[in-house]
Amino acid sequence: MNGESLSLLPALPELILAIGAMALLMLGVFQGDKSYKQVANLSILLLLVCAVVMINQVGGEREVIFGDMFVTDAFAVFAKTLVYIGSAVAILIAGKFLAEHNIAKFEYPILVLFATLGMLIMISANNLMSLYVGLELQSLSLYVLAAMNRDRLRSTEAGLKYFVLGALSSGMLLYGISLIYGFSGTTDFDVLATSLQGENGAPIGVVVGLVFLLSGLAFKISAVPFHMWTPDVYEGSPTPVTAFFAAAPKVAAMALLVRALINGFPGLVVEWQQVIVFVSIASMLVGSFVALVQTNIKRLMAYSSIGHIGYALVGLAAGTQDGVQALLVYLAIYLTMTLGAFAAILSMRRSDGMVEDIEDLAGLSTTNLPMAVAISIFMFSLAGIPLLAGFFGKWFVFLAAVEAGLIPLAVIGFLASVVACYYYLRIVKVMFFDESAGAFEGGHGQAVSAVIGVAAAVNSPVSFLLIWPLVGAAAWAAGSLLF
Amino acid sequence: MAVGLGHYLTVAAILFVFGVFGIFLNRKNVIIILMSVELMLLAVNINLVAFSTHLGDMTGQVLAMFVLTVAAAEAAIGLAILVVYFRSRGSIAVEDINQMKG
Repeated sequence: MNGESLSLLPALPELILAIGAMALLMLGVFQGDKSYKQVANLSILLLLVCAVVMINQVGGEREVIFGDMFVTDAFAVFAKTLVYIGSAVAILIAGKFLAEHNIAKFEYPILVLFATLGMLIMISANNLMSLYVGLELQSLSLYVLAAMNRDRLRSTEAGLKYFVLGALSSGMLLYGISLIYGFSGTTDFDVLATSLQGENGAPIGVVVGLVFLLSGLAFKISAVPFHMWTPDVYEGSPTPVTAFFAAAPKVAAMALLVRALINGFPGLVVEWQQVIVFVSIASMLVGSFVALVQTNIKRLMAYSSIGHIGYALVGLAAGTQDGVQALLVYLAIYLTMTLGAFAAILSMRRSDGMVEDIEDLAGLSTTNLPMAVAISIFMFSLAGIPLLAGFFGKWFVFLAAVEAGLIPLAVIGFLASVVACYYYLRIVKVMFFDESAGAFEGGHGQAVSAVIGVAAAVNSPVSFLLIWPLVGAAAWAAGSLLF
Repeated sequence: MAVGLGHYLTVAAILFVFGVFGIFLNRKNVIIILMSVELMLLAVNINLVAFSTHLGDMTGQVLAMFVLTVAAAEAAIGLAILVVYFRSRGSIAVEDINQMKG
């Protein structure tokens, strides 16, 4: 690229999102608290516009701009599409809940938009500097979102815990970045990859830095042993915010991790593979066993998401193109399962407010059969029962692990998912075979019902029709990473 | 004795460890945690600037400026969350942050 023709086109969706979010912030400020609905609708529209611009104008061709800091390719398009879906749904399902809890403020969609912008930068980061800035833009927005229900102690406590542990992980990540920079002399992924390819391997400082970097990122994807914040933050945050936390940021941080390791440190595969295998096994086991004793459904979903991150990491541990493809398929399916499950949790309301215990679902099949069927589909899919979407995700990651010679990892993953079946199926048993605990009130809004319906349909055996296009898209995306 | 790269890295490493221990061992006050976080970030900045001078490369100093800026934003948000927490709890002692467990 010569100096004259600085092309901004690859970053056009991000620029539109940044300017649009700031314009909507002004709109909200000048119109006051009444403007929630308008700002929320315009935010969803803005995300839609950005997604269309990204798919139509940017496309899957690899392009690098801003002094090699920002990269777009098919991998970025795939991951960003998932992020756009996750963020838009998080705004869509929030309206009724926020209005009922007196927190329907226009800041909610604005903060989601800024967090989304941070995620897009993370996915496109091609340099440790843009990685850090994107990650912080996302994290700072998420801390505020967690504490959004500021008159409720649990929400502010969730925000405080998230902030303290998030700041700690940012510190570790930065320390790792400083060591990598110091011992390799660069922060650019492409230059790092070539300079670490040599015969005598990487300097020990870079390896130590990489471990720090990995622990910082493991925190962001809530992988064991850096998962301790997840249950508390999921339980304390307002439910639409929890739905958002469980979906889009996980996808973005996983994409960031994949790009950093595959593009930035291909010469250190042996070193990071050990770490990823350990983190993956630990996440799968903790996600399976600790969830067995949970009674709050949001805490249960927190452990479930820890386990699912473990399964997705199996694909990364394989370190092959098939592994990355399987990981992307897994993330896409995980997104639909989680959003559907949280939309269902949002519909658990009685006259005295929201309920969050698994016992409250008792006998749901007698009072609201469609809802019970939809939740059953999500639970079967999360458990990975054949015929449902979740099965394909697990199948592809374990297949990739076996092909890469990581058979023990695949076996442990399979056993962990058998254990995990127990607590998913317990929810189904409670809904269909227990004495009714009373009907839920309706009135959770059409948007929530629509999300439950679409997610249930996508996860039902209909997924046979959708899985092959998805695999094709994931293969296209995984192929664009440099191997 | 000349002060070289190793000395700067040692100071930064010691400060970083102080920061991490300040977060985990402190049982009194959340403000001390915020100060520990700042200590960690400043240790990173010492690292970055020392490396930058050693390598004769500006990237490290640019990154140090970014870190300073983000640290300011982070402190602002941390204190804001702490204020809303104090309003509903009436205390910022670390052992009182215990509404959710398990």
